[in-house]
Amino acid sequence: MMNYIKMIVLGLITLLAMIAANYARDLAYMVHAIIVMLVAGGMFLWTVRQTGDEPAGSMEHEYMDGVVRYGVIATTFWGIVGFLVGTFIAFQLAFPSWNFDWAEGYANFGRLRPLHTSAVIFAFGGNALIATSFYVVQRTSAARLWGGNMAWFVFWGYQLFIVLAATGYLLGSTQSKEYAEPEWHVDLWLTVVWLAYLAVFLGTIIKRKEKHIYVANWFYLSFIITVAMLHVVNNLSIPVSLFGSKSVQVFSGVQDAMVQWWYGHNAVGFFLTAGFLGMMYYFVPKQAERPVFSYKLSIIHFWALIFLYIWAGPHHLHYTALPDWASTLGMVFSIVLWMPSWGGMINGLMTLSGAWDKLRTDPVIRMMVISIGFYGMSTFEGPMMSIRAVNSLSHYTDWTIGHVHSGALGWNGMITFGALYFLTPKLWNRTRLYSLSLVSWHFWLATIGIVLYASSMWVTGIMEGLMWREVDANGFLVNSFADTVAAKFPMYVVRGLGGVMYLAGALIMAYNLWMTVKRSPAVESDTAETHAAVAAE
Amino acid sequence: METYSFLREFADSWMLLFLFTFFLGIVFWVFRPGSKKTYTETADIPFRHDDKPILDEEARK
Repeated sequence: MMNYIKMIVLGLITLLAMIAANYARDLAYMVHAIIVMLVAGGMFLWTVRQTGDEPAGSMEHEYMDGVVRYGVIATTFWGIVGFLVGTFIAFQLAFPSWNFDWAEGYANFGRLRPLHTSAVIFAFGGNALIATSFYVVQRTSAARLWGGNMAWFVFWGYQLFIVLAATGYLLGSTQSKEYAEPEWHVDLWLTVVWLAYLAVFLGTIIKRKEKHIYVANWFYLSFIITVAMLHVVNNLSIPVSLFGSKSVQVFSGVQDAMVQWWYGHNAVGFFLTAGFLGMMYYFVPKQAERPVFSYKLSIIHFWALIFLYIWAGPHHLHYTALPDWASTLGMVFSIVLWMPSWGGMINGLMTLSGAWDKLRTDPVIRMMVISIGFYGMSTFEGPMMSIRAVNSLSHYTDWTIGHVHSGALGWNGMITFGALYFLTPKLWNRTRLYSLSLVSWHFWLATIGIVLYASSMWVTGIMEGLMWREVDANGFLVNSFADTVAAKFPMYVVRGLGGVMYLAGALIMAYNLWMTVKRSPAVESDTAETHAAVAAE
Repeated sequence: METYSFLREFADSWMLLFLFTFFLGIVFWVFRPGSKKTYTETADIPFRHDDKPILDEEARK
């Protein structure tokens, strides 16, 4: 019966998408309508073929790992896409001729830059968060994911969002809000998917068999709820036409700017920090094989982090039309954030106390530890840069970009790689990874890549900041903007090389994970049973 | 008083007090007597049910 309802709905969506494609007022909207038409039409056919098959029996006696396996694959794939685009646009900045004439308007820096940021944050990071949260919430609740196939809807719905966002950027559909570029129709779709994600996660927590909610789930849950709130408020806009991608923001002027950076900074605070701390609080203890250093500290860490982060956004708007009190508020809260950030870092690192020898033998734990190290470093640097006097030098320079990347490549990237190395043997029922020495190669390539990236951006950032403000004896500016661009060239090449190394590390990881699934010996004991389970899914 | 001024004043007086007290309450709650046993038990959750969920029948036993 359910399948017939599905077919009717999918048929209607296909038809509406055809109509929308026909009336489309711009190319991006038309392409999106065609993508939706193809997806809905394809799912219609798929549902037709499924109908009449025996429904599978209750699966409550095992965890839902199929969707996590897909998540691991998607994370690896989107990671490589995002790193590749990032490396390419780094070289576009160094060598402007890489903005090819024939691709002008589609593959120039301006179009590719949001593709890179969204690919690494939302496609790579988002898939990592969805996959690990589904894995962790099941294990720590001792319950199968709530909502049956809704987890699959979340996974595929999120991939569709990524494809729509990415094609939109290339075709010029953007509302020009950093990290919130997708236009209204894509935003609406993400809202639906995100609420389904919240339902699956919360449903699993509610039906948990453990008495307490493990701290990792607190972090994941705060990330899901806050992102839902941020996304909806920051994307309040009125479409110009139902058949076009252009929309007009509801807020205007400085209010719009403040809402945008309230969103933007909390995307960092909750998407890239709280969610990934959820990963840290599960995977570091698991890999170190000992419980978290202090559970009490983890609770205080959680509440302090979510109480403080939400106020830090105004530090993106120093020396603007924003009232002074608001930017002071943002600055003060950013500085107070030092405490929970470092509390969390200490908690993560000290989890290894008594097992420090593992650092020598286990490159996966080494990866996790360096990610926590980078977390500490970038959460030290960030508050410092939020101080008004420092910000007057650092703002609008490459220092900011360097800061973001030491956090994103170092903290988010490395902890995700650690989680992927942990998950792949578990999920595919292998005794171990294919090669630990390849993990070491990945570790060193990524680390040296980040060091090249961050140090070159410090040099070029501070240099251009100083060049911009340099005045001669008569009070005239000494440098033109083009002078700073020329001076930055060598550092831009170094940055690009850092990107190449980081990308090479990720490719090695993809090969290693692939070979783990293909070649590593399977776990002996209940192999047959698990294979049966895989087939059933 | 217009809405902006009212919210502004409320935010940096009563709301601030409420949030701060709430946070202090959590800190005291965490260090309550007897919490150590609970938290040691909770911190062990990741090491318990790696392979299979607890079924309802088992839970009732």
